[in-house]
Amino acid sequence: MDFINLFVRSIFIENMIFAYFLGMCSYLAVSKTVKTAVGLGAAVIFVLTITVPINYLLDNYLLRPGALSWLGAEFADVDLSFLSFIMFIAVIASMVQLVEMIVEKFAPALYGALGIFLPLIAVNCAILGGALFMQQKDFGVITEAITYGFGSGIGWFLAILGIAAIREKIAYSNVPAPLKGLGITFIITGLMALGFMSFMGIKL
Amino acid sequence: MATEKKNISEEKEAKKKEMILFLSSSEEKEHFLSKGNRKLLSDPLDDNNPITVQVLGICSALAITVQLEPAVVMAIAVVFVMAFSNIIVSMLRNLIPSRIRIIVQLVVVASLVALVDQVLKAYAYDVSKQLSVFIGLIITNCIVMGRLEAFALGNGVYKSFLDGIGNAAGYGLILIIVAFFRELLGSGKLFGFEVLGHKAATVADSTGLYALGYENNGLMLLSPMALIVVGLLIWVQRARNRKLIEEN
Repeated sequence: MDFINLFVRSIFIENMIFAYFLGMCSYLAVSKTVKTAVGLGAAVIFVLTITVPINYLLDNYLLRPGALSWLGAEFADVDLSFLSFIMFIAVIASMVQLVEMIVEKFAPALYGALGIFLPLIAVNCAILGGALFMQQKDFGVITEAITYGFGSGIGWFLAILGIAAIREKIAYSNVPAPLKGLGITFIITGLMALGFMSFMGIKL
Repeated sequence: MATEKKNISEEKEAKKKEMILFLSSSEEKEHFLSKGNRKLLSDPLDDNNPITVQVLGICSALAITVQLEPAVVMAIAVVFVMAFSNIIVSMLRNLIPSRIRIIVQLVVVASLVALVDQVLKAYAYDVSKQLSVFIGLIITNCIVMGRLEAFALGNGVYKSFLDGIGNAAGYGLILIIVAFFRELLGSGKLFGFEVLGHKAATVADSTGLYALGYENNGLMLLSPMALIVVGLLIWVQRARNRKLIEEN
């Protein structure tokens, strides 16, 4: 039951975009059509589900205070957590590179769909944000980290899918000239975020 | 004879260009605050603002604009990180192989951010707690990476420094404006001081505006309002500066 709760929370209540504004740059830049939005969204789900658990292992067996105790008693009070930014971003950048190569080799069709989006993701704040929130939330087991990563990815996917669909339609409406494009997208995102706030307090 | 001369002069010209490319403008005899350099500083504040025009760096910006203090701290942190990462990457630009440049840039930025994080934890612990993961997210703040890619990799050290300061200031400016409105309208305070008067349990006991029955707008404290305030800011800016208006 805990997992379902965590999953639903990470999709709706702690939505990466609507609650924390993470990954906004690519969200605004790539949401002009539904097709590209789906591609980027799928790539984000993919990468989040892989990198959050890996960073969880890294955090638990290398970085946090006392994590190195498996090396021996003298390492028990080593605190490497000041290295976490560098380690996390290095893991993310290299994982993205690796995933890109693997997908290109074994699933050319998927690569065709995700291809150009994968490199973009290394600098998507949602990915690093997922890792940092994971560190803050102090998960007990790795399956929780996997659930959290997958759920956050789905939440991001839903958000970009929604705004892309709205932007495709809004191209035909009569928006005040200075608000066209970016301005109206911001306001619509704000209204969508208000809508998502109504999920607050849901407990499973 | 004439062609030979032309060849020589062409060669000279090419060499000169190469030199300029190599040293870039930092070695040119240009006044420190010449017109071009001033433009680097002032452009990002309005015409080429990182948030409202380039659409970069929104990620870690909006969640911390509920109050002015964290917004100001964040702006200072970003100025520091951008100025120094631009300097470092600009110094390294002829040594970095282009295939791994993103990883090199990320490592440079991540080390600077780790430095900022440690300093904040040591000297401003409360603010550091308030900013939580958002200091770390400066690493993937698109404005830092964007300027490194677009400017520091192709320009001299001094120009890159100015570009970093200018863009970070443009980013900080928006952050502070948004935080100003959200804190003022949302909780009636600025930097934690009750500028609109004191709100007590009953209207009769209150002072300032609250004595007239004024109420804070709690909606401003919710995160979606940050997006809407930025949207309205964009509206104001583009109504004033019409060449920024988009086609669609």
